[in-house]
Parts: sequence; structure tokens; C-alpha cells
Amino acid sequence: MSDRRRFLLTTTALAGGLLCARVAAAQAHPGRAELLREVTGGAAVQTGRVTVDTPPLADNGHSVAVRVLVDSPMSAQDHVRRITLLAERNPRPVVASFTLGPHSGKAEVATRIRLADIQDVLALAQMSDGSWWMGGAHVVVTELACLEG
Amino acid sequence: MLSRVQVPASARRGEVIQVRIAIQHPMETGYRPDHFGRRIPKNVINTLVCRYNGVEVFRAEMGSGIAANPLLQFPVRAQDSGEFVFEWRDDSGERGESRAAITVSAG
Repeated sequence: MSDRRRFLLTTTALAGGLLCARVAAAQAHPGRAELLREVTGGAAVQTGRVTVDTPPLADNGHSVAVRVLVDSPMSAQDHVRRITLLAERNPRPVVASFTLGPHSGKAEVATRIRLADIQDVLALAQMSDGSWWMGGAHVVVTELACLEG
Repeated sequence: MLSRVQVPASARRGEVIQVRIAIQHPMETGYRPDHFGRRIPKNVINTLVCRYNGVEVFRAEMGSGIAANPLLQFPVRAQDSGEFVFEWRDDSGERGESRAAITVSAG
């Protein structure tokens, strides 16, 4: 095979592969990028440091226990400022925002949320240095919190 | 609004305690129709603030994604004996308040 032909083949294959990957990523989580931008105001979000603790299988979408833990020393210099809980496939995806600080001692919050679909529950944490971190958990709901009734 | 606050009665200074509050509230999503098919307007507790001896230690801004009869649990580092004051407000403008005392012993 000529060099030119090989070059064309590899570049088109690469470009095609990249395009497929991008399309797949966009389809797996449609609207996630916009939602994150809405919460963070366009700041970069890093994955890690945030743990979302939920039952993997929830019987009742009207009330699903969620606990968010963030890896942080919670000192005056280095603490979690804010935790935002997101349920992308709910009619209103921003579930709640919690403000914490060095008085908290630990970076943790627990509540019960509604889930309108089987989905990833995401938690975004903003640290005192302004950086954003994200974690999530996939929750399968057997009885969805339906919109009516 | 009925509520229940759970704060340990006593703690050591510096200890991280878990504080819990449950409030009786329907947290209406605004999507639910009544018996006549009319939409029940959205009415959720949108803001809750917890102060410990006057210092804000926790704040929650909530939407319709929080389940009815909201339950919140969060940690606080015990500093001095005193009082936890919870205050909240819903979309209809109704306010609620709840208090709990704590005795903190040295070290």
C-alpha cells in the first residue's frame, strides 16, 4: 500500500472513531453538560472525591435515601463550601443545594429525594478553593415518582 | 408546621455530632392534580437554615425533588454548650422554627 493510501485510511478511521465516541458520549447523558454548566457557571468539573451513597435498587421513587460524602479535611483553609444534588431525568433536575463549612467537621449530608426515572444521581461539590468535583450513583427505581397523582 | 429535631443532649468539645431534622410538609411538586383535575400549585420548603449559637452551620436550598416530609441529616462540630436553631420557609411564605439544646463538656 502506498504511504498516501495508508495515511488516508488511518486518518479517516481515526476521525470516524472519534466521531462515534463523541456521539455515544452525548447520547449516554444528553443535557448533562448543560446542566453542569448551569450549576457551576461554566467552571471545570473534575471526577472524584465525592461519593453518593444510595440503595442500588429503590422500591419507591417517592422517597429514596441519599447520602453524599466528600473527601475533605473541612478545615478553615480547605473545606467544602457547597454540595448540589442532581437527578438529571427528573422534571426539575436540580434537587437541592447544601451549604457547609469548617463548622461541619465532616463533609456529609443525607436526605430523601424523589426520582422520576431510573437514573444516575449526581452530586457536585464546590471546595473552598473554588474547584468543582463530581460523583454519582446509578439508582434503579421500581415504582417511579410519577408526575401525576 | 410539625417538626422533629434530633441533636445529642451532650457532647465533648471538638466532637463531630450528627444533627437531624424532619419536618411534616407535603413538598407539593406542582405536577399533581387534585380531585377536580386542577393542578395543585408547587409548594416546597425552599430554604432551611441551621444556626448553632448564632453561627450559621448549615443551609439547604431545596426543590420539588426532595421527598415529602423532608429529612435532613448533617454533621456539626460541637464547640460550646448552647442551642441549635432551625428556621425554614416554604413557597407559600409559611415559616417554621425549631430548637434543640446541647451541653458540651471540655475535651
